[in-house]
Amino acid sequence: MKAGPITQFLTEDKGGQRLLLVILALSIYMPLAHLLLPSDSMFYVSSYTLTLWGKYLCYGMLALAVDLVWGYCGILSLGHGAFFALGGYGMGMYLMRQIGDRGVYGDPVLPDFMVFLSYEKLPWFWLGMDMFWFAMIMAVLVPGLLAFVFGWLAFRSRVTGVYLSIITQALTFSLMLAFFRNEMGFGGNNGLTDFRDILGFSLQSSGVRAALFFASGLLLIIAYLVCRYIVNSRLGRTMVAVRDAESRTRFLGYRVEWVKTFAFVASAMIAAIAGILYVPQVGIINPSEFSPIQSIEIIVWVAVGGRGTLYGAVLGAIVVNYLKTWFTSHYPDMWLFFLGALFVVTTLFMPKGLVGVWGQVKDYIAIRRGYQKPGDGTASQGGA
Amino acid sequence: MKALRFGSLMLLAWMLWTPALADDFERLLQPLTSNNMAAKAQVVQKLADTGDARALVIFEAILDGNLHFRRDTGELVLASLSGNMFQLRDPYTGESLGEAGRREVSRVNVNNAIRSDLRTRRAALQLEIGTATDRRNAARRLMSQIDEELRPLFEGRLQVESSRATRRYLEMGLALMDLQDTDPRVRMAAINTLDNDLLPVVRRSLTPLAENDPNEAVREAAQRSVRDIDTLLKVNRVAENVYYGISLGSVLLLAAIGLAITFGVMGVINMAHGEMIMLGAYTTYVVQLMMPNHIEYSILVAIPAAFMVAGLVGILIERGVIRFLYGRPLETLLATFGISLILQQAVRSIFSPLNRQVTTPEWMSGSFEINGALALTYNRFYIIIFSLLVLAALMVLLKKTHFGLQMRAVTQNRRMASAMGIRTGWVDALTFGLGSGIAGIAGVALSQLTNVGPNMGQQYIIDSFLVVVFGGVGNLWGTLVGAMSLGITNKLIEPWTGAVLAKIVILVAVILFIQKRPRGLFALKGRSVED
Repeated sequence: MKAGPITQFLTEDKGGQRLLLVILALSIYMPLAHLLLPSDSMFYVSSYTLTLWGKYLCYGMLALAVDLVWGYCGILSLGHGAFFALGGYGMGMYLMRQIGDRGVYGDPVLPDFMVFLSYEKLPWFWLGMDMFWFAMIMAVLVPGLLAFVFGWLAFRSRVTGVYLSIITQALTFSLMLAFFRNEMGFGGNNGLTDFRDILGFSLQSSGVRAALFFASGLLLIIAYLVCRYIVNSRLGRTMVAVRDAESRTRFLGYRVEWVKTFAFVASAMIAAIAGILYVPQVGIINPSEFSPIQSIEIIVWVAVGGRGTLYGAVLGAIVVNYLKTWFTSHYPDMWLFFLGALFVVTTLFMPKGLVGVWGQVKDYIAIRRGYQKPGDGTASQGGA
Repeated sequence: MKALRFGSLMLLAWMLWTPALADDFERLLQPLTSNNMAAKAQVVQKLADTGDARALVIFEAILDGNLHFRRDTGELVLASLSGNMFQLRDPYTGESLGEAGRREVSRVNVNNAIRSDLRTRRAALQLEIGTATDRRNAARRLMSQIDEELRPLFEGRLQVESSRATRRYLEMGLALMDLQDTDPRVRMAAINTLDNDLLPVVRRSLTPLAENDPNEAVREAAQRSVRDIDTLLKVNRVAENVYYGISLGSVLLLAAIGLAITFGVMGVINMAHGEMIMLGAYTTYVVQLMMPNHIEYSILVAIPAAFMVAGLVGILIERGVIRFLYGRPLETLLATFGISLILQQAVRSIFSPLNRQVTTPEWMSGSFEINGALALTYNRFYIIIFSLLVLAALMVLLKKTHFGLQMRAVTQNRRMASAMGIRTGWVDALTFGLGSGIAGIAGVALSQLTNVGPNMGQQYIIDSFLVVVFGGVGNLWGTLVGAMSLGITNKLIEPWTGAVLAKIVILVAVILFIQKRPRGLFALKGRSVED
């Protein structure tokens, strides 16, 4: 019998411990440096850097969510951007309502785009979104519910593998088309933007930026611990069993569809939380977040970092996005070449991602010295 | 009898007057240079009465807005602005008369009343002196502005007109005039002559009769006619939507058919499939650039060229990347998506990120008119034929050739095929090349319908996957049925929901359908399914 989930985290998850320490350090240091240090100091963190890294942390959480379903349950979802974006829209709706009568048209209730599209009154699904707690609950519950209905339907009828990937892609694509429509009541093409306040504080102030960054770091750590708890629990081991041999697990008497639905819903809700944190830092949410390409990019972060390790996914998201920022500002034309090559190289040469490279190297050396048989895998890290 | 006499009178008048008019014509035009609109209106009428070909030239020029006159001499010229100067041409011969400054010439302006009168008279003149096609178009144009004044013209023309289409228009025109006749029998005959024609003007003219004609029999006949026309229009609209649906279906088929090979037969989730389509479209563009004098035939060169380009790139991708990933479908997804990004950026760097325009050959444009309300465009028609040809060719290749046999053998049992001496590696490469090459051909066809740009592949990739998955993997008939049913359903629900919502409905329908039949419409059965 293995040790309990928490002991297991403390004793075995070395990669996760290191990653969490770094993130904890970042989420304490960066906000403080932004608030307290003078702007000419070497250690000062500008508000641009702060929001940029805040964005990376949100992406890290999103990658974590995808790794939970893909790395541990074998469900390759090409539509996780949809849950992220839905969470973001929930936050966006709350922030829209906070603008109040300070919009261009000065309507006390209706957001600008609704006045522009001559809405008479607020659509029913906007009601109550001016209350923070209600908006946040909806922003997590709605994606969760969508994931539940979609997952339950798909897993019950045993839609697997490629078929599942294609229909998740169709899901996010149809949501994108729907949100592009002005009639949907979500601002159409332009999405929701021009936010001002959150909980009564200005979004532009340094304090709020620092707080949002800290919240992102903290929630990423919590999400990581929750995910680690799930995958170390009995349920998590069943998930891995489903990933590796679905039919066999079913024959052993496990309700595979419920295991998968659970993983899918939990993952969707984590993705939604990432979306909630993302929107106030970036300042806009529009339908392009739903685009299938966006969702495929998330898969790449996870694959590059190392699938089925959790910390690899977070690392992959941060590294790839950091590179993206660097390339698009220095060599904008080269970015897609680089990203494309990264895909190919990762799948061909680094099946375990960045965090598996060290293990691969050790394996290689061991084989050269003749100590170990190839493919033994004891030297590699992680659970995949 | 009356008409015959009128016609011969006109002829006689024309024969007598023509020599004299040669001088009078110029004089007639004089008031055009004035500002007096009433005088101009009179000129138009007089010009039309001459029946002179030159009058037609003048009418066209006024309607196009490039008839000008020299301020000093009052001479009429065609003028077009280039830079700061007017280029002058002779209205009748078209020969250049040099340049003039902006202040040296003025335009012959007309008001809207004269303009609409001009249109009618231009059509009437064309009817008299134009070529067969001109006459038919003119007669058709006159249908919408029918007027009792046109009766002598129509009656006269009917005596001599030989083209059946034109005659039919002329008869309908007369019947439309007869609808206003006081004699109920004439009106009745007119309704019969019109014979439920679908030209919009017919229904428009019959409606008042159906509502309040004093004669009961006429009223009923008109009502019946309007009802019949409405039914026919409804049938037409459905037929038109089905046609659009089939054409959308064949576009989907073309886009998906290559994927049915790479994904359906080989099990490679080829996300770079859309970029193969894009490569085919860009090949069409390049071929057109290389043969600017033979645009008409460039598309015939482009088809094999696109097949070769996309096919070769496909073989390269297979040999370089995919062959290391067989049996790991989700990994092929990532790798091919990476390749698609590289190809997109490559095209963007080479050709610029802007869309390129591919010229549609003359023989592919235009439309085939079935009746007054329904016209089917040729380019869609050709694409339907083309997609079916490609499908048929592929079927023959798979079922009747040696290579097809090897291909099927390798997909069904790789080891056995290898043991029988088939070079499975080469078969894989060629199969992937074939699928990519067909995507390239699809690109040639799609370049005729949409803009050619670096992102065009992405528009089709999701649709293509849906078609293949919906139809059932590994079955070309499934792809055909899948593409056609998605295309036709889409176009049939579009009138109710609008384009975007129709697309969403289709997507959701396919998602739900997959729940019911997780392996698509025509699923493979047997042990090989469960891997």
